[in-house]
Amino acid sequence: MRGIMNKPQPEGGQAPVVQRIRIRYAKRGRLRFTSHRDFARAFERALHRAGVPVAFSQGFTPHPKISYASAAPTGAASEAEYLEIGLQARMDPEQVRAALDEALSPGLDVLEAVEARAPTSLADRIDASHWRVELPGVAPDALRHAVAAFAAAPEVTIERLTKQGRRSVDIRGAVVRIDVVQPDTVPSEFGGVPCAILDLVVRQVTPTVRPDDVLAGLRVVADLEPPVPPRATRLAQGRLTAQGEVADPLDADRDGEVVGEDAWSRA
Amino acid sequence: MSVATEPTVWPRLEPLLPLVSKPIQYVGGELGAVVKEWDTAAVRWALMYPDAYEVGLPNQGVQILYEVLNEQPDVLAERTYAVWPDLERLMREHGVPQFTVDAHRPVGAFDLLGVSFATELGYTNLLTALDLAGIPLEAARRDDTHPVVIAGGHAAFNPEPIADFIDAAVLGDGEEAVLEITAIVRDWKAAGRPGGRDELLLRLARTGSVYVPRFYDVTYLPDGRIQKVSPNRGGVPFRVQKRTTMDLDSWPYPKKPLVPLAETVHERYAVEIFRGCTRGCRFCQAGMITRPVRERSVTTIGEMVAEGLSFSGFSEVGLLSLSSADHSEIGEITKGLADRYEGTNVSLSLPSTRVDAFNVTLAEELSRNGRRTGLTFAPEGGSERIRRVINKMVSEEDLIRTVVTAYRQGWRQVKLYFMCGLPTETDEDVLQIARLAHEVIQAGRAATGSKDIRCTVSIGCFVPKPHTPFQWAAMCPPEVVDDRLKKLKNAINADRSLGRAIGFRYHDGQPSLIEGLLSRGDRRVGAVIRRVWEMGGRFDGWSEHFSFQRWVDAAAEVLPAHGVDLDWYTTRERDELEVLPWDHLDSGLDKDWLWQDWQNALNEYEQDDCRWTPCFDCGVCPSMDTQIQIGPTGRKLLPITPVKG
Repeated sequence: MRGIMNKPQPEGGQAPVVQRIRIRYAKRGRLRFTSHRDFARAFERALHRAGVPVAFSQGFTPHPKISYASAAPTGAASEAEYLEIGLQARMDPEQVRAALDEALSPGLDVLEAVEARAPTSLADRIDASHWRVELPGVAPDALRHAVAAFAAAPEVTIERLTKQGRRSVDIRGAVVRIDVVQPDTVPSEFGGVPCAILDLVVRQVTPTVRPDDVLAGLRVVADLEPPVPPRATRLAQGRLTAQGEVADPLDADRDGEVVGEDAWSRA
Repeated sequence: MSVATEPTVWPRLEPLLPLVSKPIQYVGGELGAVVKEWDTAAVRWALMYPDAYEVGLPNQGVQILYEVLNEQPDVLAERTYAVWPDLERLMREHGVPQFTVDAHRPVGAFDLLGVSFATELGYTNLLTALDLAGIPLEAARRDDTHPVVIAGGHAAFNPEPIADFIDAAVLGDGEEAVLEITAIVRDWKAAGRPGGRDELLLRLARTGSVYVPRFYDVTYLPDGRIQKVSPNRGGVPFRVQKRTTMDLDSWPYPKKPLVPLAETVHERYAVEIFRGCTRGCRFCQAGMITRPVRERSVTTIGEMVAEGLSFSGFSEVGLLSLSSADHSEIGEITKGLADRYEGTNVSLSLPSTRVDAFNVTLAEELSRNGRRTGLTFAPEGGSERIRRVINKMVSEEDLIRTVVTAYRQGWRQVKLYFMCGLPTETDEDVLQIARLAHEVIQAGRAATGSKDIRCTVSIGCFVPKPHTPFQWAAMCPPEVVDDRLKKLKNAINADRSLGRAIGFRYHDGQPSLIEGLLSRGDRRVGAVIRRVWEMGGRFDGWSEHFSFQRWVDAAAEVLPAHGVDLDWYTTRERDELEVLPWDHLDSGLDKDWLWQDWQNALNEYEQDDCRWTPCFDCGVCPSMDTQIQIGPTGRKLLPITPVKG
């Protein structure tokens, strides 16, 4: 029967993982407001619906074997989220991709699936993110001015609310690249109003520096106050190359051919 | 019913969402959601559950009507929920109207706004939604461009407190009613809206089962009681009848349950195994207004579960009804489903079971795949005497035996649900709860030889409801309830060794008093609701938002002009001849029978269940032309093979 997973019994031990599949997925449109917890629940249900034979962890409350690479914040769109699943029976990665994509709501789109071949984990292959941030109502010149000030500053300290209270963080070091994209090269969705577009490459450090933090930094260095909340999209995640580009973390697992939709936006 | 309004508010809503908590609740995109082209629909419904998305989304009523309506090719139905105050503030600031989550269309642009009231505490949220939608709060001020606002759900059996704010109410089951209302609106629109809004409402009222408050006048006696309620238009019935959907097998909804991305209160596929209940618990409005009992067959239940799980990916199934173990084939249902899903990730649950050892056996079947976390039983009353008053026929011996069986079979935790503030109740009746709980723990320890067993005593406050034998009863004042609960708590903890094994949960009596005002209120209470809303009242079902003082102040401001007050509506006992605000709304129950049952309650006489004993003439079947539909069908659930992992 489709849609019902076999749950291995605790006393018998769990069926072992025979294949690991690494997946790139997107959060698009209105579903960018999906939190990581929301996505995780939806993804587990999608595994049920798609009949993907996921393996379970040991213990009294076995959990499906899913591990996530760092997730984009709620409200940020992404073309490059990554996770890995362990299967108890082998499947063609493309079949897994298509079945999961079908089982998830449009807007949570499964873009690529490759079998894990290389020994390094996904987390070991991701240390930077490439972001595009649209700022409706901000004139490109104003943004250019702020970005120049940001780039020239030796440090940019912002205030962050943490569980321990307010805390000052210097975010300048994590920002590897900060540019203004020519409006004519990326079509804006905000017809009528000027919309400046920011292009960012940010190193994934602790604490994480998010696009919102960079915007806070632009406020600090140049009083840039977007009239409406800007819209961030993660275009890529991966290892930062010597050239300052973000490499595809699935390349190491690939046989040279690309499975599924290619990343139009990969840096 | 404006023709050309903007099709979507999304571009204006989206920039606000990063600024509010849990924005996912406002974006839609659920599995099972339907978005249709606006222009292709002849009739457009917005369906509202007037509480937060996390509570409203799983609501069965809304999901069923949403699916039934959207199956019609020329009908479009979308959903809307109460927005939290953080978004409400931003929507007001930016002029964004109340919207549907499906296609983010403005609610004011729909033909109909159907609002499902499971509880009266959603009334202030109705006003917020109407106001944000740009729909005048008073129905009398609406014109042809505004949606027809229709209330449904259990609270609609006395919609008088919101009579000023709604255009109509439908009592009872909605599946067929929404299609008939749709047909009337479709014809009226196709004919060029003859006679405007008034004519449309008249056509609805003349069906005999749509209550249009404006077509009824209420007059009052000098002492504040109602003198009479009478129609003011020709062709409008003196009494409006409730709707009953017969043969649940031909209405197997939801087929495509909504699967939210956001976290909600229930994440399961729920199937009603029957509707109605004739147990006759005198406090229970649901059991009175949903008669007669109509069972869904074991085979239909099996198909619905299989398809619902496969569609949704849910791993939990809830077998819902008012008293689930009473299905004539419950044994086959539980065993058949447990067999089908044994060894899978699917867990089954059976809420609302009686105090009966048989139910422990059912629970055993259902927990084959899962953990034995807790079992809940509802004796409702602490003493044998009060249980006779409320007609909850559970003997102390049954209760102890049932709970001990549960402990012996491996359950460690049992929850017992009781009510406080029942008619004729004394301190002694409530203190008996402590003695019962002590005996449960002692018997459980003796039977299992273990100290590792617990029991939780959970107390709800009784609220008299319309269309029940207790509709005449005086409410117990909150301070008396609170005092009894304090004494009970002390009595439970009087024995430290036993008290340690007993959890005690209760709510204070104040919110219940307001629920009492709203459930038995008349049209004069509408001004109180409005005043509370103006003073900032929102989400009254949430303790962190509810303000008792606000209700008390609003009532004190508004009601004295009519010679009545909060106590008059709540702690006052009514007599036999008083015209009750809902007497013109026909649930099928014979008022003489209800009064007799109220007298029986006071005399501590019990009433049997008509499924197993002769009809006792409650009046529902003959007046509604319905009958009990129960099995057994003798059919079995055949095994289906789950996909091997």
